[in-house]
Amino acid sequence: MIIAERKPLQQIFEMLKSYRRIGILGCGTCVTVCMAGGQKEAEELAAALTIHRRREKEPVEVEAFTIERQCEYEYIEQVKDRLAGYEVILSLGCGVGVQTLVERMPELRVLPGVNTQSMGYPLEQGVWVERCLGCGDCVLHVTLGICPITRCAKSILNGPCGGSSGGKCEIDPEVDCAWHLIHERMEKMGRLSELQAIQPPKDWSVSHHGGPRTVVREEVKLDRGQ
Amino acid sequence: MIAGSKLEKVIRSGQFAVTGELGPPKSADLTMLKQHGEALRNHVEAFNITDNQTAIVRTSSIACGAVLVQMGLEPIIQITVRDRNRIGIQGDVLGAVALGIKNILCLSGDHQKFGNEQQAKGVYDIDSMQLLDGLRKLRDEGRFIGGDKVGAPVSYYLGAVANPFADPFEYRVDRLEKKIAAGASFIQTQCIFDLARFKKWMELVRERGLHKKVAIMGGVTPIKSLGAARYMKNNVSGIIIPDEIITRLQGAKKKKEEGLKIAIETIQQLKEIEGVAGVHVMAIAWEEVVPEIVERAGLYPRPKL
Ligand code: SF4
Ligand code: SF4
Repeated sequence: MIIAERKPLQQIFEMLKSYRRIGILGCGTCVTVCMAGGQKEAEELAAALTIHRRREKEPVEVEAFTIERQCEYEYIEQVKDRLAGYEVILSLGCGVGVQTLVERMPELRVLPGVNTQSMGYPLEQGVWVERCLGCGDCVLHVTLGICPITRCAKSILNGPCGGSSGGKCEIDPEVDCAWHLIHERMEKMGRLSELQAIQPPKDWSVSHHGGPRTVVREEVKLDRGQ
Repeated sequence: MIAGSKLEKVIRSGQFAVTGELGPPKSADLTMLKQHGEALRNHVEAFNITDNQTAIVRTSSIACGAVLVQMGLEPIIQITVRDRNRIGIQGDVLGAVALGIKNILCLSGDHQKFGNEQQAKGVYDIDSMQLLDGLRKLRDEGRFIGGDKVGAPVSYYLGAVANPFADPFEYRVDRLEKKIAAGASFIQTQCIFDLARFKKWMELVRERGLHKKVAIMGGVTPIKSLGAARYMKNNVSGIIIPDEIITRLQGAKKKKEEGLKIAIETIQQLKEIEGVAGVHVMAIAWEEVVPEIVERAGLYPRPKL
């Protein structure tokens, strides 16, 4: 899932300063699960904004509502007219949601209410960890299911480096060294010798570094005209 | 002979080699760097020039290396993979060769979070192993990492680092083996304070005959004060400072002299370990004591070539 965090309230208040009629749009998928931008958070934010404006003696009309996914046209479609009725939309969807809204309704003003962080999962209640950077050429078969691109601070393919100490990464004694974990797992599975192969430089051209990516699959395309 | 550097010659002659280290300044004024280089001229074969050490912006290692070459001194330029991608690094290596630099040391580099540009984007396009392997192929096969042909042959003596004090311990010998396969002709280790662990590592190294395939230079750093020792013990990942060293410094009246003594004794012990080909003395911000250390450790005069 995509993990996000609500932007600091002060920043949100500042972004919305010049608007009177505001729609706060939650998203019912990833950001609901990571408790950053679902209906509950949208309502809380609407309440906070109202109180803030009352204190500032700046009236505001704010409404909070949520769609299933901001990153798909068909869900946006269902609330198109309602969205058009606001001066501005504060989206609590991830960065993809904000952009899908803008692409579908170019006349709309949409501001981001969350900072989109990463792709990962909830490790425990209240803790979300990053696990994938979408590098475009997955190496998890080589590293036995632990991603060094994401979890190693230097994204190295031949680790652990000389900063690995007691299973932790040199950047922070709280952060696991991904390569220590990989080494451990290799050892358990009797595959340590595989680590002796020099992994060649990664092909970053299939990652974001090659420019924005589009996946096209002709066989599943619908010819909408017919 | 690969590149014919002084360091390579001393190592190949089988004599115990000594290298020093110079840290470029946070300015373009290289007066001190030159002074230190001059003061150590007859005491070391070559000088490591750090590459934006601990991710702090400094004059580039290649520029400082070129200045040393002009002075008739020999640099070992460090190249990290933190700040440049494969395009930048390979271009800089060609430039370094053109400027007369003959020794290159490949390493990952400390993460940018330790430096003075903590908001920087770390590059890490390739890792230190891939860097080593890539520079070996650039030299020996005349191909860039991407496969394109190098216009004319280049030569340099390639080195890498090893840290016997990092974990997992057993892997550290595997990693050394891997670095040899990738192209390292010489190895400089992390500063040695825990001699027992270093000796154990060397045993494993000898078991596999790795000391015959690569010149291992033990890293030695004189400790200036008790505070410095404590700081390294508690804050620097990948360095082990045994309690005895702390106790010894605590008990000593003259801390600096004690720090020197520890360094000198370490070198003397390293000389006795089979398979140790030399020492790398890192006395950053205390360069002036290097001649004394080298002399008192019985490594002076340096071999004439
Ligand atoms: S290797 Fe790439 S695709 Fe696979 S988990 Fe890591 S970042 Fe994601
Ligand atoms: S300590 Fe481990 S996780 Fe951290 S940079 Fe080194 S190999 Fe990567």
